[in-house]
Amino acid sequence: MKLSRKNGLRASAIGALVVSGALVLSACGSDNNTETPTKDGGTKTSAAASNIACDGAKGQLLAAGSSAQKNAMDLWVKNFQAACSGVEVNYQAIGSGGGITKFNQGQVTFAGSDSALKDEEVTESQKICKGGKGVNLPMVGGPIAIGYKLDGVDNLVLDAPTLAKIFDTKITKWNDPAIAKLNPGAKLPDTTIQAFHRSDESGTTQNLGKYLSATAKADWKYDPKTKSWPAPGGQAANGSSGVATAVKDAEGSIGYFELSYATANKISTVSINTGAAAPVAASTENASKAIAAAKVKGTGNDLALSLDYTTKAEGAYPITLVTYEIACDKGNKAETLPTLKAFLTYTASEEGQKVLSDAGYAPLPAEIAAKVRAIVPTLS
Amino acid sequence: MATTTPDIQRSRRAKSASRPGDRIFSGLSRGSGITLLVIMAAIAVFLTYRAVLAISKDSTNFFTTFEWNPAANPPVFGIAVLAFGTVVSSVIAMLIAVPVAIGIALFISHYAPRRLAKPLAYVVDLLAAVPSIIYGLWGAIFLVPYLDGLNQWLDEYFGWTYIFDKAQDGVARNLFTVGILLAIMILPIITNVTREVFLQVPKMHEEAALALGATRWEVIRMSVLPFGRSGIISASMLGLGRALGETMAVAVVLSPSFVLSGHLLDPGGGTFAQNIAAKFNEANEFGRDALIASGLVLFVITLLVNGAARWIIGRRKEYSGAAA
Repeated sequence: MKLSRKNGLRASAIGALVVSGALVLSACGSDNNTETPTKDGGTKTSAAASNIACDGAKGQLLAAGSSAQKNAMDLWVKNFQAACSGVEVNYQAIGSGGGITKFNQGQVTFAGSDSALKDEEVTESQKICKGGKGVNLPMVGGPIAIGYKLDGVDNLVLDAPTLAKIFDTKITKWNDPAIAKLNPGAKLPDTTIQAFHRSDESGTTQNLGKYLSATAKADWKYDPKTKSWPAPGGQAANGSSGVATAVKDAEGSIGYFELSYATANKISTVSINTGAAAPVAASTENASKAIAAAKVKGTGNDLALSLDYTTKAEGAYPITLVTYEIACDKGNKAETLPTLKAFLTYTASEEGQKVLSDAGYAPLPAEIAAKVRAIVPTLS
Repeated sequence: MATTTPDIQRSRRAKSASRPGDRIFSGLSRGSGITLLVIMAAIAVFLTYRAVLAISKDSTNFFTTFEWNPAANPPVFGIAVLAFGTVVSSVIAMLIAVPVAIGIALFISHYAPRRLAKPLAYVVDLLAAVPSIIYGLWGAIFLVPYLDGLNQWLDEYFGWTYIFDKAQDGVARNLFTVGILLAIMILPIITNVTREVFLQVPKMHEEAALALGATRWEVIRMSVLPFGRSGIISASMLGLGRALGETMAVAVVLSPSFVLSGHLLDPGGGTFAQNIAAKFNEANEFGRDALIASGLVLFVITLLVNGAARWIIGRRKEYSGAAA
């Protein structure tokens, strides 16, 4: 029988409680708000190999927004900072909504967003942009891949109505006649379809929704504007990486994410039967072709695009996402204006767009890129 | 008697010598107390203000709607599913964690040889130091695939209970799994506190029980557990608080949906904290207010739970001898 005990345990228990409490607290604040001190001075020291014009760029350029364009931003920031010494571009991928909020509060010089500014957001931006307003400059395009895992089926082809029914859990088996009809010769198993979607709000979800309601109105009756998943069925995972992991792990699963996640996880992607002669595979090149069919719906300096999801052009992959950089057309802060212009000039340039394909993004089609290049120098 | 005690205390306080150290220390401790109250009040005011902004524009009943779409026109959002998911997953966690934690605590304090007790207590402390995102990743990548089998077994043999009836196919990213994961996460807090309480049981109580010829189990039943009851309750409430508010681990593991389902093994449901984490980034100003309104509900639920716990402890004080 043990009747003596240690009182020292008490202190250690309290210590452990304190430590665990601190960890819980610190785990919540994951936003990276560190602002490293800026080095002033250096201008125009472009590296020999690149054509990046630094034109008076200096100091720190703060930006925030869409996480869909984060990988592209990372590449651009790296190249830009390498070319222009003394410049620091800090892009926080906190999500489009957060980016626009910060932009309209004047905390960041430009915002990245998966969707163009809404009317009330434009009105709000006039407070920050003295004499001007926030404008949408398309900068990064990208295909949204439909990834699946089904043993023994390599080149799955689907069309918009079938896709809508699968994601709305109206089609629940892989050997459904609708899928079999699109895939003659494929050995489709009697497996249940596990459809995965994003549990968090996302521009990726929104763009898939826009595509489905534009092309399969009868089978997708949900609000195309919503950023959260509108349909009641299916399973969800957090973030594109969460969906990609879930699809990779579960046999008979299907999900959607940016193409780079499919490439990185070696997930097979669906080719879309758009009505063109041959089904179109998800690739950056094919996405660029589809974005080329987009119309500019913005007026003046605003280049908000209206994507043509119903395009039947040969080799045009219709499920795409265009992310914008949002800046003031007039009334930018004087101290950050040169840096903003130099940076956006680089990202819209041929050189800047060229690095996108390697990261799974689609370069802007020539016509739209030309318009962006025309507007960036006029920012003031 | 009752009227004289405060007088005695007051006169004692007045008599005691007051040196600078005394005044500084009492000021510091009073300041800390006031700071806490101010912080709580500030949080409550902030939550209430933003929540009122949101709820006043909600086109449906905030408490009974099964949808979350504050960006729609008119806005539609309600917390029914979130409240259900939060409570259910926390209850599952408590059902699993409390008995196990009491078992571990008793083992460490009364059964284990001292050589084993110390390292074991240390390992439990270590469990408390693992960040919740790590639990989440472990849960999503390791635990979920391994629970598929258990889910199927429960469905087959206990499907008649309705709650274990698996109506939808899919991997085990459900409230039941979340409950298990939360149980593991709150285990160390409950274990640590109850262990401490068990170690405080007066030796005399135990020795008296032994002298009456009680076996070890009877000693625990007659002296340790009654003495520790209020401690067990406070420990459980600490754990419950963490389970109710757990964010990242739930966000990573759960496959949420705004469908209220009593089938615990079906994917779906959601919790307050998970929903806020998932929606906050992309939400606009109004959407954030709506999320904050849901945060206020969680705040109130936590307050009620803690109040209930205090009340239970207060009632039991007289029996337990733990009145302090």
